[in-house]
Amino acid sequence: MPTLVSHPEEVKIVSSRFGKGATDIERYLELDGYQAARTAVEKGADWIITEMKASGLRGRGGAGFPTGMKWSFVPKQSEKPKYVLVNGDESEPGTCKDHLIFLHDPHTVIEGTIIAGLAIGAKMGFIYLRGEYRYLLTIMEKAIADAYAKGFLGKGIFGSQVNFDIVSHTGAGAYEVGEESALMESLEGKRGIPRIKPPFPAVVGLYGGPTVINNAETIATVPHVLRMGGEAYAKIGSERNGGTRLFCLSGHIERPGVYELPMGYNLKKMIYEIGGGIRGGRQLKAVVPGGSSTPVLLPNEIDIGMDFDQVGKAGSMLGSGGVVVLDETVCMVEFALRTIKFYQHESCGWCIPCREGTDWLKKTLTRFHAGAGVAKDIDNIRYLAENMLGRTFCPLGDAAAMPTIAFVKKFRQEFEDHLNGKPCAYAKQTIQEPVLV
Amino acid sequence: MTTEAPMEAQTIFSPELAARFDKLVTLYPVRRSALIPMLLYAQDEQGYVTDAAIREIAQRIGITPLDVRNVLSYYSLLRTKPVGKYHVQVCTNISCMLRGGQKLFEHCKQRLGVGHKETTPDGIFSLEEVECIGACSWAPAVQVNYDFHDNLTADAMDAVLDQYRKQAEK
Amino acid sequence: MADVTLTVDGKKITAPAGTLLIDACRKAGIEIPAFCYYPGLSLQAACRMCVVRIEKIPKLQTACTTPVAEGMIVATDTDEIKQSRKAMLQLVLANHPLDCPVCDAGGECELQDMTFKYGAADSNFVDVKNHREEQQWSPVVYFDRPRCILCYRCVRVCGEGMDVWALGVQNRGVSSVIAPNGGDHLDCEECGMCIDICPVGALTSGTYRYKTRPWEMTHVGTICTHCGDGCKTTLGMRSSGDGMEIIRGDNRDKSGINGDFLCVKGRYAFDFANHKDRLTQPLLRNAEGKLTPTSWEDALAFAAQRLRKIRDTRGGEQIGIIGSNRTTNEESYLLQKFARSVLGTNNIDHHRTADYVSFAKALAGQEQRAASLRETETAPAILLIGNDPTEQHPMLAWNLRANVRHNRARIYIVNHQEIKLRRQATSFLKISADTYSTCTRFLAGEENSAFGAEATALREALSKEPNLLIVFGAELHGSAIESLVRYGLSLPDTKFACLGDYVNSRGAADMGMYPDMLPGYVPVQQPGAFATEYGERFPAAPGLDLPSMLDAAARGNLAALYVVGSNPVHRYGVAAASLKNTFLIVQDMFLTETALLADVVLPIANLYEKAGTVTNTYGDLQFVKKAADRSGVRTDLELIVRLADKMGADVHSLVPFGQGTRADMGQSRGAQSGEADRHAVWLAAQNLEPKLSPFDPSALLDEIQRLVPGYHFSRLELFSGNDQHVQATAHNTGLVQIVNPAERRDGVLPSEDTLFTSGTLGHYSGKLTEIHDSRNKEILVAAD
Ligand SMILES: Cc1cc2nc3c(=O)[nH]c(=O)nc-3n(C[C@H](O)[C@H](O)[C@H](O)COP(=O)(O)O)c2cc1C
Ligand code: SF4
Ligand code: FES
Repeated sequence: MPTLVSHPEEVKIVSSRFGKGATDIERYLELDGYQAARTAVEKGADWIITEMKASGLRGRGGAGFPTGMKWSFVPKQSEKPKYVLVNGDESEPGTCKDHLIFLHDPHTVIEGTIIAGLAIGAKMGFIYLRGEYRYLLTIMEKAIADAYAKGFLGKGIFGSQVNFDIVSHTGAGAYEVGEESALMESLEGKRGIPRIKPPFPAVVGLYGGPTVINNAETIATVPHVLRMGGEAYAKIGSERNGGTRLFCLSGHIERPGVYELPMGYNLKKMIYEIGGGIRGGRQLKAVVPGGSSTPVLLPNEIDIGMDFDQVGKAGSMLGSGGVVVLDETVCMVEFALRTIKFYQHESCGWCIPCREGTDWLKKTLTRFHAGAGVAKDIDNIRYLAENMLGRTFCPLGDAAAMPTIAFVKKFRQEFEDHLNGKPCAYAKQTIQEPVLV
Repeated sequence: MTTEAPMEAQTIFSPELAARFDKLVTLYPVRRSALIPMLLYAQDEQGYVTDAAIREIAQRIGITPLDVRNVLSYYSLLRTKPVGKYHVQVCTNISCMLRGGQKLFEHCKQRLGVGHKETTPDGIFSLEEVECIGACSWAPAVQVNYDFHDNLTADAMDAVLDQYRKQAEK
Repeated sequence: MADVTLTVDGKKITAPAGTLLIDACRKAGIEIPAFCYYPGLSLQAACRMCVVRIEKIPKLQTACTTPVAEGMIVATDTDEIKQSRKAMLQLVLANHPLDCPVCDAGGECELQDMTFKYGAADSNFVDVKNHREEQQWSPVVYFDRPRCILCYRCVRVCGEGMDVWALGVQNRGVSSVIAPNGGDHLDCEECGMCIDICPVGALTSGTYRYKTRPWEMTHVGTICTHCGDGCKTTLGMRSSGDGMEIIRGDNRDKSGINGDFLCVKGRYAFDFANHKDRLTQPLLRNAEGKLTPTSWEDALAFAAQRLRKIRDTRGGEQIGIIGSNRTTNEESYLLQKFARSVLGTNNIDHHRTADYVSFAKALAGQEQRAASLRETETAPAILLIGNDPTEQHPMLAWNLRANVRHNRARIYIVNHQEIKLRRQATSFLKISADTYSTCTRFLAGEENSAFGAEATALREALSKEPNLLIVFGAELHGSAIESLVRYGLSLPDTKFACLGDYVNSRGAADMGMYPDMLPGYVPVQQPGAFATEYGERFPAAPGLDLPSMLDAAARGNLAALYVVGSNPVHRYGVAAASLKNTFLIVQDMFLTETALLADVVLPIANLYEKAGTVTNTYGDLQFVKKAADRSGVRTDLELIVRLADKMGADVHSLVPFGQGTRADMGQSRGAQSGEADRHAVWLAAQNLEPKLSPFDPSALLDEIQRLVPGYHFSRLELFSGNDQHVQATAHNTGLVQIVNPAERRDGVLPSEDTLFTSGTLGHYSGKLTEIHDSRNKEILVAAD
């Protein structure tokens, strides 16, 4: 069981019911559950969208697109049925927040899905969990069954005229399927190949109908937004970045864990105060601020607020909220290799630059790290990544290219040091490090 | 192309699973949406996705077996070869790597005497190095079948393996 | 749709709204490279080669997925774009084996061309390429996996284009592979479209791989000899010991009536021409009754002398002629003219595979009602009655599928079998095999309790179609065709197509290879201009049809039978004994069942070895170019002329060659006599119109154009290789009545060829036989 952590600085909204037995629907109701949905049924779509827009909530899946705005793009009239699709594919290395939501508070996801459905006029929602989260699917399935039993789902929800159904669904191991259009393909029983855009899902999505796709955390936040009021929620965060988010602290940190902090919370503080600083009192070497696809930050770059705009300004991205902390013992070439190995493994293979680019980056880095690098490799790694960037079919290619470029740019000396058959001075430490105490 | 699937009277799956499949295909606006869950559940029951399972699932959904294979081969949890009773999946992705995931994997290799994607001769364990399993803040993490084990050390790992072995021998 | 104007590389171009940028650019002469984009197939945006910069959009955009927009400003050739394309190529080449020197596609490879253009040959990669074993998927399809660049063209053409769906993509990322439906083999229609469409040498042809280099072949676009659709096929020839051998058939030339398409026969079944059993010497039956080789002079002199004697002593009506479905229009025309004007008989017929006569009669007086094959790709609604185009008219089937895909055409099918095209059909009505004509009358409004709600609904739907194209198979003949056409004509703007089997079945019919019909369906009894043209031997009464000739022979009532490119003994199950009192001359490529009984056997050239024209079953006239060459054989045209000459006929009035010219330039050049086409090559090189030799088909084409009603076409277009729709039915039938159509025997015997058979000729195609056998083997294995 994942351990729950806590820190006084936390502002617990999404995580407010964690560890309180809220998987049980009665308990969830005691904890003000389904109130937002009930109100939403009464007040209707326009009110929901107004509140959502006021909340400044931006998507927690990675791109940070304003949720209220996304919902408002869905056409009011549509020949084809509309759908809500909850993205619980959580696979970005460094990210494990949706895991906790499904584990501790499945009903919020259901409630958020209902509200999203009301907002856009959908009659059906899907909750897609990554295949590895089988035990969470079981929890989710039970929660859905309980909600049906209570009349919160199905025909005439909450005693209204509105019908709404939810189906939970499992993936089977594929990071790329987290990309929204590949997610729809996967839910339609196909290979997880992204779709050509436009049309965007809000117009032509699942089964050809207008579809809203949101990250599980985004959806889980929605009931809270309606409960607190959009403006109140917005106030908690920083400018144009409403509310809180779940930050997943991992790596060489004293107290790793998932913490809910206001948007814009200082990264340095997050590492040193919330996370208790670098493990074993070592020196900080680098921080990957938002999941493995975000460009690495150097210690002198981390005095920034953790919101989409500020991290963007610092040359990286807030991403999925996975803060990975690296201490001085890490070999950056090895780290770059491990990162690219992931993207090589997960590339769907559809487009040339990503399929071939990730593979050649992996091959080159593998040899390079093993000590057989040649001088032109370093530039070639960068050349490859730069020629992938912005040219792939979907953002996975960028997700592989961006960190790679940053590693070479910011740690070029380490790459140079690997040349000429020299043994890896850094990796040695990592490997011999007795972490398995 | 999709053609109406004539329902197969006979099934290679258990009655429970067959009933579940019957229901599953009706949950979605199109039958095909049930494909990936079906493959996964079939694998759970039979250890891997057999040729017979591919044929039956293709028929249940009304697509060609080739189409099923196209999809099946895309997803890394799905396999067409058997693995051990307990499939030990060690994450070595970045968060786990930083906390010894790689070393844990090496440890498992030694301990089980098998390599990546190999199965022990007694068929109890198989080992696989996997990508991030969504347990980064509790690294290093391992999944055995669908069960998560996190914050592992070498000793803790041994204890986990021992427990499974005991379960297997029961 | 309205046009929009956009600027590409500083140039203003216009294109209909909705056009894809890549098509608009290409149309305007602006080259946009692409691997995965293929016109007519679904969009992929996977290869990223077509990237362009569109003003106000931050990232490079794929031209293959961007529709043109008013005022759009596009750059296609900046340094940034070139670099991006170069990098894609470098990445493709990183894993692509550089085995160009032995690769089948070398010299015809889109990857080579692009690498050359973008200078992407340099590589900084040090590591080894990923490798995979090559695979043989079928007798004709090989997959050299490492060469695959994953453009998914093959997958789409097989699925979307052919509706076969035999190819898929498996695994993911760099492990992705194209995989066949049978696990390790293909279970498909073997059309080879995947090979044609592959931009590199990943999919290669079992008949061609590793045989030669593309530039060592001569490529000639000519017409496939197999089915009645008449596709253009590009034959690759290499000189061999005894002529020019065909070593490849494909569809690199996409200008033909078939566009992108070619089926298994057009692509691989040319190999009968190279068959070891091919006859290359005339044979005469000797005193012991054995067929023995002889000289052309002796064989022709003997045959001519016997024919002449029979004609002069027993009369022309003692001679019968059976023509071919695979000879050119010129040859078919000449054969019937020879019969009528030299032999003095109307006993001429051929193996009829469709009732074109009833069709012509039904359309009498109508203009522009016979549809071209091209229209099957655009007609908004099609009624298909009978036939299984997937097997018998693969090109038609391709067009119908494309029409549904691109234009959402409505296809209504009436058939007694669950033919594959029903998957594209708006409605499918299954009837029993013997009710085609009652069903037709039902559709036309005649009540019949045998047809229920489905048929009524179809009738309703059809009655609302403003532009119906009715395509019917040989299940309909005689009065059924008449009532179908009458019904069709009662709807607005209906067109028709009648499906017959071989490359020139329609031509044989149009050219008057009938005992009672002259060219253009002019009745023998009312010959009009033909009366004077065909001279005094031309008999006034209709002759015997094919079964009657065979019967007469069996009764000892047919002194001679001249069979040209046909195998009636096999087709009609004739007993050997029934021909024993008939002097039999057979022109064929092989010792067929018929040839085995002959007194004289004359080895002939096939359609790939001659020039002329053919008319497909829709009435599309096409130019046949001589591709291959085989020493020891002669064209049917030459042989008929020589026979006539040896019989003492006036060759000049038989073939109106060299009109107004004194020199016979062909022979005076001393070329091997009879090689009309070699002269044609020389003449063409001198920009002279041929026709100076009696063996020159274009002299006969003149006469066809002059005398055959409906054969109006532009010679310029024809000789440029463009198909010309002719309508031998639509004209002058108002002037002349076809006599007693209800009573005449239509004698239709559909050949029921499948994708892997082609009459007698098919038996001599090694590849077709191999494919046929390998499939049957699979079926046996599967049944175990
Ligand atoms: C390669 C790739 C993987 C992604 N994986 C996930 C994921 O696992 N979970 C997720 O919520 N969003 C993921 N996304 C983002 C989604 O495409 C999409 O933006 C998100 O689900 C929208 O929800 P939001 O607006 O609530 O953030 C991924 C995007 C890409 C390009
Ligand atoms: S960038 Fe291309 S290959 Fe990579 S995951 Fe996206 S579409 Fe697939
Ligand atoms: S990196 Fe191992 S679980 Fe995320």
